[in-house]
Amino acid sequence: MAKPERRLGGRRREALWAALALPGIVWLALFFVVPFYVILGVAFGTVDPTFQTPRPTWNPLDWNTQAFDFVIDGLVSRGGVFRHVFLRTLVYVAISVVLSLAIAYPVAYFVARFGGRWKGLLLLGLIAPFFISYLMRMLAWINLLQDDGWVNDVLLWIGILDAPRNWLDGRASSVILGMVYGYVPFMILPLYAFLDRIDRSLLDAARDLGASPLQAFRLVTLPLSVPAILAGCVIIALPMFGDYYTPDLLSGSPKTSLVGNQINLYIRGGQQIPVGAALVIVLMLLLAFLLAYYVFATARAQRRLSG
Amino acid sequence: MTAAAATAETRRALPAARRFRDWWSNPWGKPRFLVFFTLVYLVWSIVPILIAIRFSFNEGRSRSTAQGWSFRWYTEDPDLSVLHDPDLSAALLQSLRLAALAVAITVPLGVALAIGLTRWRGRAASTSRFVSLVPLVTPEIVMGVALLLVFVHVLSFIPLGTPAQAIGHVTFSLAFVLIIVRSRLLSIGPEYEEAAQDLGASPLQALRLALLPLLTPAIVASAIIVFAISMDDFVVSAFLSSGTTTDTVPVRIYSTGRTSPTPALNALATVTLAITLVIAALAFGLWRFVRAARGQTGSAIEEFARVETDPTR
Repeated sequence: MAKPERRLGGRRREALWAALALPGIVWLALFFVVPFYVILGVAFGTVDPTFQTPRPTWNPLDWNTQAFDFVIDGLVSRGGVFRHVFLRTLVYVAISVVLSLAIAYPVAYFVARFGGRWKGLLLLGLIAPFFISYLMRMLAWINLLQDDGWVNDVLLWIGILDAPRNWLDGRASSVILGMVYGYVPFMILPLYAFLDRIDRSLLDAARDLGASPLQAFRLVTLPLSVPAILAGCVIIALPMFGDYYTPDLLSGSPKTSLVGNQINLYIRGGQQIPVGAALVIVLMLLLAFLLAYYVFATARAQRRLSG
Repeated sequence: MTAAAATAETRRALPAARRFRDWWSNPWGKPRFLVFFTLVYLVWSIVPILIAIRFSFNEGRSRSTAQGWSFRWYTEDPDLSVLHDPDLSAALLQSLRLAALAVAITVPLGVALAIGLTRWRGRAASTSRFVSLVPLVTPEIVMGVALLLVFVHVLSFIPLGTPAQAIGHVTFSLAFVLIIVRSRLLSIGPEYEEAAQDLGASPLQALRLALLPLLTPAIVASAIIVFAISMDDFVVSAFLSSGTTTDTVPVRIYSTGRTSPTPALNALATVTLAITLVIAALAFGLWRFVRAARGQTGSAIEEFARVETDPTR
């Protein structure tokens, strides 16, 4: 799009825009960019021999790789400490994302396509979880999953269980339920926003050309929504990778410990903070890889649609 | 006609199970499966919260079975209720304090950043635009660790507790303000400021008199969002807390969720939820009121803006 020519005082205006942006840029530099370097400094730093507090090393030439060696060893050696945790995190996140998509897509599709006069009310129901704290929503499930909670009551009444089951003693199913329950609203809204924008005339055209509604969905709506599906998966997968409170609240057992739990343990347990910082860096590299794949997959999907 | 009659004939001959399947999954009829699925989802998503709220009114100490109704865990219990347990009321106050600070700092900072980054065309602008969006894809635990280490090892004159927590909340909510205001700015376009300047306004006047009124809906929306995500935040508040006095409601839920012996925690969560909803509703109502009070001009300008920026024109 052609931009209008610079007006009188264009330079002064540029200066005004830069001045407006400056405080925010300084803030982000100070509290977002610098902190990342501090993670590096701590991860590659040393530990005070008497107080066990980390002593960050700022000069990359003097970096000490002890903490990293420990993390890498825990990742690659057979039976290493971090190997299981990373694998478990990948599996939990993958299952939770797939389940979330299986729930989010039909709901978003229904509200976008068939909401009709109920759309406002339905949207309110989809937005409501955003105003309820994630931790409160986990608290609700702690209440329900207790030994004498309503989940056991219902399962006993139906006859699925013979005796009440302790759902909160380290079950993968409880943690995954919590993650799906916690994050699925964040996937539904972007999917809804996208599906709502799909041009109906494309569907009408498909129908006119003889496609059944299911075929129209499979051949038009679904391929069109691939970028939105990918975006929705990434939006919920990223926070899931850093989650430690869901396993802590709904299981509390080392059997369901995730990468986030390990980071929390090392950083706040106090003894080996550089190891915690090194784990954060490994997690960030993993997520950067994931994001790069997302960008690649989205570009491929767009190419496929346009050509 | 005959075809329809034949269909009716076959339908009558079909067994009940088959008829149900046709009714249920007829691709040309209403999507009954989707209706059912969506309703089940909504029930599943909202009923656990309602049950947690219900237990907060328990008369007994159970958090998992219904035991009568009372305000015991809100106000009546002399030691353990939200009102009288100092830890619980402190958590509520800390959550509200941080949310207020976050809104007060993030909204002006973010609006200025959004206007600056959207209109400014220097090379530094595109880098800054990219950096400002990275917080959105950064898991909270990464940000929590990064901020904790920076406050302990570099900016150690900023104490952990309220100051550090407030800075953390501003940092992760800035990107949301940026996105909301920026998308509105892009849809408004630069024409209004240029018109104002052609009529003799200085750039700053053009900003204040032409642009800011048009941005009001986006500013109100971002204030509501910042308030809600600050109230919701757990990880950054937990990492930057200096002890029980600066624990927020989510931190309190985390640390006592499994061990807490009474429904007072449910009561605390319910009060927090109610406050969040009331403030969001008030902000929304205020915005509607302001728009109505401005009368036709306000909506006419919006209408005009919408037509002006319609991409199909």
